[in-house]
Amino acid sequence: MGDMFRRYGKSATFIICLITAFWLLMLVILPNVTLLESSFRPLLPVTEIGGPNDQYTFANYLKVFNGSIDTTLMGIPVHIPVHVLTFTLTLFYSVVVTLLCFVLAYPLSYFMAKIISPKSLPTMFLLLFVPLWVSEVLRAFAWWIILALKGPLSSLLVWLHLIDQPIRWISGYNGVLIGLVYTYVLFMIFPVYNAMSSLDSNQIEAAEDLGSPWWRTHLRIVLPHCKPGIASGAVMVFMLSAGSLLVPTILGSTTSQWFTQTIQQWMFDALDWNTAAAYAFLLLLMCTLFVSLVMRLFRVKLADIAK
Amino acid sequence: MSAGIDLENVCCDFGSFRAVDNANVSIEPGEFFSFLGPSGCGKTTILRMISGFIEPTHGQIRIGGMDMRGQRPNQRPTALIFQNLALFPLMSIWENISFGLEVRGVDKKTRRAKAQALLDMVDLPDAADKMVSQLSGGQKQRVAIARALAVEPKVMLLDEPLSALDLKLRQHMRAELRTIQKRTGVTFIYITHDQGEALAMSDRVGVMSQGRIQQVANPRDIYNNPVNGFVAAFVGENNIFTGSVANPSGGMAGFDTAFGRLNARLGEQAKGDNIKLYVRPEHTILTETAGSENTIPVTVSEVSFEGAFIAVHAKTENGQTLVAEVRNDGSATVPSIGAKRFASFNAAHASILPDASKGA
Repeated sequence: MGDMFRRYGKSATFIICLITAFWLLMLVILPNVTLLESSFRPLLPVTEIGGPNDQYTFANYLKVFNGSIDTTLMGIPVHIPVHVLTFTLTLFYSVVVTLLCFVLAYPLSYFMAKIISPKSLPTMFLLLFVPLWVSEVLRAFAWWIILALKGPLSSLLVWLHLIDQPIRWISGYNGVLIGLVYTYVLFMIFPVYNAMSSLDSNQIEAAEDLGSPWWRTHLRIVLPHCKPGIASGAVMVFMLSAGSLLVPTILGSTTSQWFTQTIQQWMFDALDWNTAAAYAFLLLLMCTLFVSLVMRLFRVKLADIAK
Repeated sequence: MSAGIDLENVCCDFGSFRAVDNANVSIEPGEFFSFLGPSGCGKTTILRMISGFIEPTHGQIRIGGMDMRGQRPNQRPTALIFQNLALFPLMSIWENISFGLEVRGVDKKTRRAKAQALLDMVDLPDAADKMVSQLSGGQKQRVAIARALAVEPKVMLLDEPLSALDLKLRQHMRAELRTIQKRTGVTFIYITHDQGEALAMSDRVGVMSQGRIQQVANPRDIYNNPVNGFVAAFVGENNIFTGSVANPSGGMAGFDTAFGRLNARLGEQAKGDNIKLYVRPEHTILTETAGSENTIPVTVSEVSFEGAFIAVHAKTENGQTLVAEVRNDGSATVPSIGAKRFASFNAAHASILPDASKGA
């Protein structure tokens, strides 16, 4: 702070701080606080707002336990509230997306950090970034076209005689998985690449020189070194996936439901913003809990991720 | 357990640049062999070819008589100690040391015991459960040596491992390395640009320049009988005279210079152009009266006190500076600046040598 005064003078520092404070307060804190407050209040006709029925309650939160259905989870028949099921599936498939992103990002990061010559690195980064120049909506629609029943992918595979009949790619959660992996894989690649490029190549060579086969070198040397990068990538991909609305909406099938879609339905179909807010905070809270649990499991500290 | 190494016509090209040019050398089992040369002379490339990280472009490398072509580093009976040591910072010291055993499937108890035995040997008995970051430079050095020894290599390759240490510790580690080498009997190949290190530790030294091995000999011969000017200049100081050879006979020759005819030994490779006469400062004597041979009148221009010896700089009539080193044992008289003296040297201590051997 003192440094800022010295560099920019009093008035400039004051204005910068003011703008930052305004942005934080008006665009981040206030809307969230308003939403949090409304999540504890019942949905009432306008005339009754502020009246005797307008009491703080957990009712909105408890609505997730309403309306149980019979279904099977991994072959086990269960009787489960439908929103809890949606929530569980959302978490499960977000974990799958995170794992798929890691499986794709790890070899690519290793390739970029340790194998290709630094001269071709800018080209690699450009190739990775170019898709980001197109809006997320268009990219999701592009995948919708590619994956369509009579779309390019099926046609190509039929033409190559790899399959006989066009495949319905967008069924169950497949489309959502493909779309989410495509959209968020870069959030995994960059932290892992960063961690990987900070690894001294001599360590890899030393392990090999001591007789280690390549897979053990990765398991014992490269992977542990990259753990903070992997953790920060995984947290980002998981949180973004669980919170994504656009991809599940466009690439979802009739049998896929994402928890964000449920929130949206409370908001725009039921016009019940109070319950929608309660559901949104449930998602935030549960995802945060889940992430901290997994971080503890893998012994990752928050400070490692922030690096 | 140790193995000899043979390099036969080994070349290594990086694009159009020839990093190692036709290297031929046989290293004996159990020998302490140093490659000595300035940076960029190809010594590290030779080491990486022996360890298997680089394949030679031409020629053959044999370890214990076995052709190593196509063998990956993890298949060769060598262990490399990196310049920056490359210890694994996320493992404890004993895990570092036993990593080579871990990949060979040795059980934990045996590994732990072996690591402790090696730690005792390198004089760090209490370090097993520490982390790498808790050790000092010299201790890390010993851990790196222990880690390399754990896999019982037949050949140890050391890439300037002492360069990061301070002078006192470096001298201590020199002796330590030598002791460990003698005790284990493993062939050591040591890379360095520090001639003091190479001369002090090695059984034999290979001096390199511009990708070529200039001379392979024991340290004494390297210093006393260099084959060319490069070797003479790299391993020590010289007073150098230009001129031409006159009436060579029986290994000796006259050398016509601006100071008249000087006599010296004639090097075997002293043919063609670029031949000079080299004499070490410690063999150059300053006297008040002219001697019988190899005498040059000089004026003392500078006296610098170096501790163990005193370097007297003296200018000849044509402006060339000669250096004479006088041992600081109290017996020598140090001339004052401006004094007229005669610089002389024994013909047996001077050599007529070519510059350096170039590509064939």
